[in-house]
Amino acid sequence: MTQRNTLSHLDWLEAEAIHIMREVAGQCANPVLLFSGGKDSICMLRIAEKAFRPGKFPFPLMHIDTGHNYQEVVAFRDKRAAELGERLIVRSVEDSMKRGTVVLKHEGESRNKHQSVTLLEAIEEFGFDACIGGARRDEEKARAKERIFSFRDEFGQWDPKNQRPELWSLYNARSHKGENIRAFPISNWTEMDVWQYIEREKLELPSIYFAHTRPVVIRQGAIVPVNVPLASGELTNLPKAGEEIVEKLVRFRTVGDISCTAPVESDADTVEKIVLETATTTITERGATRLDDQTSEASMEQRKKEGYF
Amino acid sequence: MTTQIEDHGLLRFLTCGSVDDGKSTLIGRLLFDTKTILADTLNAIEKTSQKRGLGAVDLSLLTDGLQAEREQGITIDVAYRYFSTGTRKYIIADAPGHEQYTRNMVTAASTANLAIILIDARKGVLTQTRRHSKLASLVGIPHLVVAINKMDLVDYSQDTYEKIKADYLEFAAKVGIEDIRFIPLSALNGDMIVERGEALNWYDGPTLMEILEAVPAAHTEHDEPFRFPVQYVCRPQDSANPDLHDYRGFMGRVESGSIKVGDAVTVLPNGLESTVKAVQIGGVDIGAAFTEQSVTILLADEIDCSRGDMIVKTAEAPAAVKEIRATVCWLAEAPLDRARTYLIRHTTRDSKAKLTGIDHRLDVNTLENLPAEKLAMNDIAEVTFKLAQPLFVDPYTENRATGAFIVIDESNNNTVGAGMIL
Repeated sequence: MTQRNTLSHLDWLEAEAIHIMREVAGQCANPVLLFSGGKDSICMLRIAEKAFRPGKFPFPLMHIDTGHNYQEVVAFRDKRAAELGERLIVRSVEDSMKRGTVVLKHEGESRNKHQSVTLLEAIEEFGFDACIGGARRDEEKARAKERIFSFRDEFGQWDPKNQRPELWSLYNARSHKGENIRAFPISNWTEMDVWQYIEREKLELPSIYFAHTRPVVIRQGAIVPVNVPLASGELTNLPKAGEEIVEKLVRFRTVGDISCTAPVESDADTVEKIVLETATTTITERGATRLDDQTSEASMEQRKKEGYF
Repeated sequence: MTTQIEDHGLLRFLTCGSVDDGKSTLIGRLLFDTKTILADTLNAIEKTSQKRGLGAVDLSLLTDGLQAEREQGITIDVAYRYFSTGTRKYIIADAPGHEQYTRNMVTAASTANLAIILIDARKGVLTQTRRHSKLASLVGIPHLVVAINKMDLVDYSQDTYEKIKADYLEFAAKVGIEDIRFIPLSALNGDMIVERGEALNWYDGPTLMEILEAVPAAHTEHDEPFRFPVQYVCRPQDSANPDLHDYRGFMGRVESGSIKVGDAVTVLPNGLESTVKAVQIGGVDIGAAFTEQSVTILLADEIDCSRGDMIVKTAEAPAAVKEIRATVCWLAEAPLDRARTYLIRHTTRDSKAKLTGIDHRLDVNTLENLPAEKLAMNDIAEVTFKLAQPLFVDPYTENRATGAFIVIDESNNNTVGAGMIL
């Protein structure tokens, strides 16, 4: 048999992701790429560079900011967008709260799920017909079944029982006005693939992905960061009465709204060490670190039906 | 320091079988034995197993997806699972086995390079076994593994295994399926999945995992002509950088074959010829590219080329056709309507299309061809479409990328059909 050229698994995943991004650019009139400054969306920016350079990206970047994001990540987000010379749009949940479209049950409620409202408002404001997101199917059971090109109706809703069949790599991004496509170029990547890609491409990350010491409390078995400073200087995630604050060496496996992202204990201070740790970990990414997904077994599916990423 | 030792690429495979065949248990077992399942997930399914009053941990709970399905206790849509052995990454498409879900299986099969057909050793070759095998062969999956499962329930009997194997081979010869491997399994006990176990010592072939590790991962194992559907054209026109003023990069994925600088190419449909000036990824020259790489091609001459066009090697152009005969699987609740105009998407090109005839319908249970007047959901038929625009096609059996198309209903933009060109 003749020797075939076979792509390594990372090259294959990268080529697939580039193909998907170009399909969005080719099929949609006004797409946007969701960029939070987190590791998955950092990979997405590298893929976009490989897909579209030496040209500009055929879409702006957008972040839905809960106002409760780690300063390091927000600063990184702005720096990275500036380095790339691409336009960054930021829309904030706090503005939706001022408009009255987001109402918190109580002051301390996590704003994470309310990002959906702000996202839908931004989609309407800019007339986006597609949002490119960095969600992965290995993160969660509901995502394992979502299409790479996922159709959302006028209310941004995902209907898991009425998804468009997706065959070969023939993607259908057609939508009517007001409807929306969510496209997920790294659907087929796992947490390990992401870290291997970061290692191979030597991608820079916000510092909180690496081992660092911070004040935390142990709440229902989870490590919860406390007294986290916001850009305003105000502290958030204050400890509850009676909780003992300890300094721990930790890193974040996933980064999101401060109220619902927990770090893991780790001394991995380089990408190489994180790759090794990821290979030997015994806890899933979201299980360990996303306090919001633990609320109910089906919570992600519920949120996606309501317009979440 | 590099943490990657060896990389045998990525293999996409499909598991077919009904709930009762132990498909979910098999997938759970693969994930469990390759240490893909982490402690917290295992704890969660342990709890659920206890809640349901089960004695042992039910590995099938791992692949139990959405809320609605959990309520019904069946899998109703294709789900994707991932695991890695360190040398190879795997994507499992988990397709449901129930009769009404032919469309899900076709969907899952479209991207797979190998299919595992599960047979319950107590029941042998059933109608659905034949159906799954026929569909897998129709969708062009090059490698088939027939896994005879639940061997623990037939006392690991070699006779039972051999009889099922003979039955299957008789059927396969009729359908024309070639590359088939057989393996006896107990997904429940983990025999012959990753570990050999003690109970099947009469079987001296490879374990399921060894088969998966050895199968060629390449998209294709035979030579295919170069096909490059253009997805997007890059014209930076950056006033600050005069070097880019004349840059015209044709962006796409090499769907088959290979290309290098200096090759003579033709752009379809206009038929203009040129030579390849550069092959790039992200603006960096790489000189050459092969199947499944996403690249940018620059041509020596300034010729018109845009999304929907196809760049091919001048000596090996595909057929340009305005009528296609194809095997179509209908995916939508509303039947195919002869009076209506549909949209066909083939590679990056769209054309309006109208059905002109149905040759016959395949009865997926008896595998007989029957006359047909219409096409309803889950039907598979040989049909002819008339096209408004020419498409540049190869027969599906020769080229899965340029032989496939989808049918779109423009009224609601749904994908309603999947076609394989004859």
